[in-house]
Amino acid sequence: MFARRLLIAAVAAFFAFPALAQDKFITVASTTSTQDSGLFGHILPLFKKATGIDVKVVAQGTGQALDTGRRGDADVVFVHAKSAEEKFLSEGFGVKRLPVMYNDFILIGPKNDPAGVKGTKDIVKALTAIKDKGASFISRGDRSGTHIAEIKLWTIAGIDIGKDKGPWYKEVGQGMGAALNIASASNAYVLSDRGTWLSFKNRGDLEIVVEGDKRLFNQYGVMLVNPAKHPTVKAKLGQQFIDWLISPEGQAAIANYKVNGEQLFYPNAHDRDA
Amino acid sequence: MDPSVSAFQLLLTGDPALLGIVQLSLIVSMSAVGVATLVGVPIGACIALTHFPGRTTVIVVFNALMGLPPVVAGLAVFLLLSRSGPLGPLGLLFTPTAMVFAQVVLVTPIIAALTRQTIEDLWGEYRDELTAMNVGAVRRVGTLIWDGRFSLITIVLAGFGRAAAEVGAIIIVGGNIDGFTRTMTTAIALETSKGDIPLAIGLGVVLMAIVVLVNALAWAIGRAARQYAG
Repeated sequence: MFARRLLIAAVAAFFAFPALAQDKFITVASTTSTQDSGLFGHILPLFKKATGIDVKVVAQGTGQALDTGRRGDADVVFVHAKSAEEKFLSEGFGVKRLPVMYNDFILIGPKNDPAGVKGTKDIVKALTAIKDKGASFISRGDRSGTHIAEIKLWTIAGIDIGKDKGPWYKEVGQGMGAALNIASASNAYVLSDRGTWLSFKNRGDLEIVVEGDKRLFNQYGVMLVNPAKHPTVKAKLGQQFIDWLISPEGQAAIANYKVNGEQLFYPNAHDRDA
Repeated sequence: MDPSVSAFQLLLTGDPALLGIVQLSLIVSMSAVGVATLVGVPIGACIALTHFPGRTTVIVVFNALMGLPPVVAGLAVFLLLSRSGPLGPLGLLFTPTAMVFAQVVLVTPIIAALTRQTIEDLWGEYRDELTAMNVGAVRRVGTLIWDGRFSLITIVLAGFGRAAAEVGAIIIVGGNIDGFTRTMTTAIALETSKGDIPLAIGLGVVLMAIVVLVNALAWAIGRAARQYAG
């Protein structure tokens, strides 16, 4: 009867899955910022056109994305926390780290600016003021690239955030967009990458309060997961993706991605020290 | 998907990306419910009709697993299917098959526990008759499942509701990959995190409409079948 027919259809659909899977694909563990900003939606179709390779992006925080690589569940990692990437390399999980592009972090805050930080270019002074005034601050709290950058900035400010945090400091343990949503709903300060902010739609009363400090630089790097550690890694296809990202064609595709006329990421594969 | 238009417009104009998402949601949840039914109904019926040491414990465990948090199921399946896990060589993590796997883990206890209750109640009604007719154990199970089929449809629908509604398990094992493992619920989670609340709401309403539609269809078919069966 109905249940039986449903069953047959379900079982048939179950076994039809292998037919749905494309042959030429790689899995890339990347960050929420590259996905939420819409960058992948722009560059991946161009890559597919050039090479015929499908790229499956699993968007996670940088820490989690690197762990996905460590377990061998991704072929390529494309993240933004140089210190964590170098650790990944030194553990032997990555083949080589290549710089791809950069943008910057910005401090987002409510328009009425309860900590009085608007106008300063000094991110360290701004964070110190937020702490001193006990103004609400949303932290990603998820070992993402942005979270790692935030902790580094607190350290530069001479604040041990693990010890000095009060009720004003809320770790939400979620992606960039989710953290922005929470900041928007609670009128709090939050550190964001510029790309996610530019494409974020639920801004409420939030705006950029601090930008342009060179300590807010945000570099993205790409690495092939080491096939010597995980033989299942699709080294050839993964390398093709990396080669394309740093090729003039890939770099131009990154530069050409704009939201409302504003460029989100700046290619810098030529800068070997980045 | 073009975020400036609503989910309804996308659905009405047959946007391939949205249709793909809807299709994948249905395929994954229906497959999971199908497998869970094949596994859960016999298990539930057997528990209902047999006596063995530790039966009460098994019943309590199944009843408790009805409340298994999807993220826990997702995490367990994730650890199993990861390349570094015991089933890693299959390469199933971040595929629709992994999502079906996780939902089977979620839905099977629901179907088994509710089936056990239904069959046990029916057994109370049929016991004398079936014993008098001297029916063997296997046929006894078959007869009770057949006679309880209308209740079982409701149980299967409860399982489908659970599968179609959850996001915690499939987002972990599927990875929410665009065009591959993105379903209605993971798309809603993503659009919410992008701050595109209107599109997220639209997708939510579409999802609920689909669930209502599936239930209405099942109800109508069930009613027709019941009338036919007299």
